[in-house]
Amino acid sequence: MRPVLTAALVLGLLAPLVPLALWSVGRGWFYPALLPDFTLAPWEQVLSARSGVPAALAASAGIAAAAVALALVLGVPAGRALGLTRIRGRALIELALLAPALVPGLAVALGLHGIFLRLGLTGTAAGVVLAHLVPVLPYVVLVMAGVFAGFDPRLEDQARSLGASPLQVALHVTLPAIWPGLLAAAFFGFLVSWSQYILTLSIGSGRVVTLPLLLYAQASAGRSDLAGAVAMIGLLPGLAAMLVLHRGLTGRAPGAA
Amino acid sequence: MRALPPALLLAPALVVLAVLFGGGLVLTLAGSLGGWAPALAQARLPGAVLFSLWIAGASTALALALGCAAALLIRAGGRGTGLARALCQLVLTVPHAVGAVGLLYLVSQSGLLARGAAALGLIGGPADFPALTQDPLGLGIILHYTWKEAPFVALFALAALQGRGPGLEEAARSLGASPLRSFWHVTLPLLRPALLRAGAIAFAFAFGAWEVPQLLGGSRLLALPLLVWQRFTAADLAARPEALALAALTALISAGVAALLLRAAR
Repeated sequence: MRPVLTAALVLGLLAPLVPLALWSVGRGWFYPALLPDFTLAPWEQVLSARSGVPAALAASAGIAAAAVALALVLGVPAGRALGLTRIRGRALIELALLAPALVPGLAVALGLHGIFLRLGLTGTAAGVVLAHLVPVLPYVVLVMAGVFAGFDPRLEDQARSLGASPLQVALHVTLPAIWPGLLAAAFFGFLVSWSQYILTLSIGSGRVVTLPLLLYAQASAGRSDLAGAVAMIGLLPGLAAMLVLHRGLTGRAPGAA
Repeated sequence: MRALPPALLLAPALVVLAVLFGGGLVLTLAGSLGGWAPALAQARLPGAVLFSLWIAGASTALALALGCAAALLIRAGGRGTGLARALCQLVLTVPHAVGAVGLLYLVSQSGLLARGAAALGLIGGPADFPALTQDPLGLGIILHYTWKEAPFVALFALAALQGRGPGLEEAARSLGASPLRSFWHVTLPLLRPALLRAGAIAFAFAFGAWEVPQLLGGSRLLALPLLVWQRFTAADLAARPEALALAALTALISAGVAALLLRAAR
């Protein structure tokens, strides 16, 4: 019974990805054919500049990288304070960090839209980056709080008492200890931005075209083959995160802080 | 960094969040003034609220049940469970837009499942396959959210069970409890807080997200976020306050249900 259930679980998890993979190497795949004729034409088209995919890929990656960089600059110190020290109002702060996951982005975005319009931020990548911070920043803070909760600050005291400068302490003691967690926060923060749809559409006014927006445009234009290829590209950062984090989290010597 | 007081380390992040998130919500509320009367009189509102409650409620319940079952299956170990856990992690990273398009190509009337049914001789033409997308019950939307949120629930539950051996359950079994009783009275209470927290996040997302009902929903019954967007992008600018009132209402219901679930988790 168990192996059957496990097989069903694996199949169910993969199921929606199978037709995307098939479409990405097929063309004119008409009902009721079970499999398409194999062709790399969708990939050739997707990789050409005319398809708009390289530009959308650059927009998605650039916006996500910028949002994560900002979130790390703001979120690592905040995560340290939250993870290492007893602060008053902690429950309230944690609730404030959870709130963006419980309130639809649309309700925030429509309010921001008016003021961003006056500031000239609608329709720009910069405006979209700021909007993406709403889900990305709390995420990074909460992950870093968890990372610092497992960090022993006495290591820093010891290094200092041995004469290390603050920069040396940060680079040689703190950073190596939090590195796997920092990497995880960066990758998953990137993915949170990478997956956004309505924040991008509303603040970007349709002029900032990221990969998910392009994917929908192709799907609704009936270009299932191109949509399949774009969807495959959309899976790459998640796959990369799993590979890198698996190594980052298990490739360390046991007992390393 | 250690010399700085914690409040100073926290302040930049909290200020940015207060401005962007708090500010956005306040501006939505401010802009909704004068829009509440037309919003509440909007003929499509009751249907949209009920439809969104239905898709979010049904998909969250399914995701909790299936995610919990998947977690127990993976925890028991055995062939293929490592792969299943890795795929749960992968599905967690898949953007909703990608999953929704995949589901469309899987379950639409000319999708992969319909082709499989035709190959087996179960159906003749595409119209014989049940309509699971653009359907009045939102089954495609529910399927998508279940597929996306069940792995999230499973990983959440596995994390809650981590470090706890099967000792308690084994004790219950050795005292004569059936597997079902042991699950109901031992495992489920252990999992309850994690399940309720995961459920709160899953419900809030399914209730307020736009792209999934946009692709998989029909045009007759709109999910609430789609109604908000339709009023917001109406050519008539006078509809803006109404759109903002509807957006505030969406936030209120979503956060309200999530808050109830989180309260029950404590």
